Amino acid sequence: MALLDRHIGFVAALREAGLPVSLAEGLDAVHALEAIELVERESLRAAYAATLVKRPAHRDAFDMLFDLWFPPAVGSTEEARDRPAYDDPELAGLRDELSRILLSGDETALRAFARGVVGAYGRGNGGSGQWFSYQVLRILSADTLMAGLLNAVLAERGGLDEKVARRTFTGRIQRFEQLVGADVRRRLAEETGVERVARAGVRPPLEQVDFLRATRADLAALRREIHPLARRLATRLTMRNRHGRRGRLDFRRTVRASLSTGGVPLTTHHRPRRPHKPELVVLCDASDSVSAFAHFTLLLTYALREQFAKVRAFAFIDGLDEVTRFFAPGVDVVEAITRMTNEADIVWVSGHSDYGRAFGVFEDRYGDAITPKTSLLILGDARTNYQDPNLETVRRLAGRARHAYWLNPEPVRDWDSGDSVASLYAAVTPMHECRNLTQLAEFVETLA
Amino acid sequence: MTFTSPADVRERLAAVGYLPDDAIATTVYLAAALGKPLLVEGPAGVGKTELAKAVAEITGAGLVRLQCYEGLDEPRALYEWNYKKQLLRIQASGDESWSATHDDIFTEEFLLERPLLAAIRRSEPTVLLIDETDKADVEVEGLLLEVLSDFQVTIPELGTITAVRRPFVVLTSNATRELSEALKRRCLYLHLDYPTPERERDIVRARVPEIEDALAERLARLVATLRALELKKAPSIAETIDWARTLLALGLDRLDADTIDATLGVVLKHHSDQERARKELDGPS
Repeated sequence: MALLDRHIGFVAALREAGLPVSLAEGLDAVHALEAIELVERESLRAAYAATLVKRPAHRDAFDMLFDLWFPPAVGSTEEARDRPAYDDPELAGLRDELSRILLSGDETALRAFARGVVGAYGRGNGGSGQWFSYQVLRILSADTLMAGLLNAVLAERGGLDEKVARRTFTGRIQRFEQLVGADVRRRLAEETGVERVARAGVRPPLEQVDFLRATRADLAALRREIHPLARRLATRLTMRNRHGRRGRLDFRRTVRASLSTGGVPLTTHHRPRRPHKPELVVLCDASDSVSAFAHFTLLLTYALREQFAKVRAFAFIDGLDEVTRFFAPGVDVVEAITRMTNEADIVWVSGHSDYGRAFGVFEDRYGDAITPKTSLLILGDARTNYQDPNLETVRRLAGRARHAYWLNPEPVRDWDSGDSVASLYAAVTPMHECRNLTQLAEFVETLA
Repeated sequence: MTFTSPADVRERLAAVGYLPDDAIATTVYLAAALGKPLLVEGPAGVGKTELAKAVAEITGAGLVRLQCYEGLDEPRALYEWNYKKQLLRIQASGDESWSATHDDIFTEEFLLERPLLAAIRRSEPTVLLIDETDKADVEVEGLLLEVLSDFQVTIPELGTITAVRRPFVVLTSNATRELSEALKRRCLYLHLDYPTPERERDIVRARVPEIEDALAERLARLVATLRALELKKAPSIAETIDWARTLLALGLDRLDADTIDATLGVVLKHHSDQERARKELDGPS
């Protein structure tokens, strides 16, 4: 019964973490458990993953919960120790050992080592308080081993070899940090209960990460998602275009085809419909507070360039400049962003965003960019730094365009707080909350 | 189509040159043991189709392949009546009564078998590969549901045809669109990703036996480094193997900056990606 209870608890925790595990899938998992050797933990993990986790985005949450529900070890055999001084010979010994394991890349040894150091140094408050991974990582500071590791494998530093070696060791050090984190969570779970630790530890999948709160690593991972996402969206859009209303009857082809069925037109043929391709004008706030979001949206619209007849992009802070030239086809994404930030003339005086002035400049200089065929897309948090919002101009621009949309990366509950004038702008152009990848993808699909 | 354990799967796959990791071996074993279809998802060129072929090879099963594409429909996936032959039959029947002819033209003889029906009716062991499922339209998934959950096909004129012997079904997908929940629920799921450098080295050695160990190792590590860059299209395993073959064909046994520069086009196929890789690999660290 114990195994069944554990299974039920695990499935419930997965559901709580947002994985859609159906009843049938839970049963499949039980059947799978009957077919494998339960003592082999990795087999067990693979069996659960194959039956319950059907989207790669959920895999990280799954792995974390699996480690909690089916821990690799129980209890603690190590004796808690005090934090060693930095010149303690024992500490030097530990660092040497870690260095050796990182060099060899032996996963089992690394796991055992992580467990050992967490047991020894993981408890706060001189060995009686909570468990912390931060404390262990700081004592060992594995990052500082890098120079020694590189020296050990390279005859001379620099160039390609160092790049490759550095990347290998960075990967292993990260793995070590993960293992320490997992062991700390395991020990916490033993003392305070699995459910509590699980609830605290699950991170949202990448597509749910808030743009405004994304870490640097998140942003890099998000940028890597752009092209796959653009491909997915493009496929869906072409499919939708093809499947909608069919075009006019192609008389010639229908008659020709009917010849093979004795003159009876069994299948009719239609002319392809003219694809609907809007022109797109993007106005984006490039100030620091929202730049991550704006860059990301710009990149996505440019990755989807084929879906639009024409894309023009403008960036503003308190000045405004056209940035279309930085996003030529085939240009590297990171470079395009760097060049946009450095070269475009978007700062006028203060370097704080001034929506009113930026819209004014846009209408003066580039007003003719907006035609009845254009979709106008404005990206920004509508925080005007208490300047004039220049609503009339936005109303005129939105009125001239075929569609106008405003994407705001802030959650709806923060609109109108402080210097935000979101609802004033929302009254003249429809404003959408766009906090994460999922919302962005949904919006882009309605746009094209 | 039986394996004794995941380790058994691993050994037999390795014997035909497909090196599985733990997850692959266990999932294939489970798919066979539970008799469920296996959905394999992952980026292009990580060996999804190869896996199906390898499973067919080690079990001595025949491989029936359904290549999905946009516009694939029932007559091309399941079965079709050979209406030209039916027309001929009607014209040739002369003064035979209508009811006799009617019964006659909806028989085996006029049925054109397509991959799904063929896989179900085979009495020998069969691996059914439904390749690039995401390319097909959503309606095709509905068509697959009956086949995959009950291994049967209903033809109104003939009745329901049930599988004589359950085929081992592998569906592959590049995730260009999300497959429906209903389909996923009926399958075991395996996400194939780029392998660890150690496994990739072994794969290169298995596929290109002439290559020296040190070069294979270096190649695998270099490709892993390339994948960590922000590229439009990360190099696949297939491309790593191509690279290894290229180096051998050119008689190069070292992988230094010049060699890489000259042969980078084998793994990176976008100009901007190549530029980026050159800059990152040459520049100061």
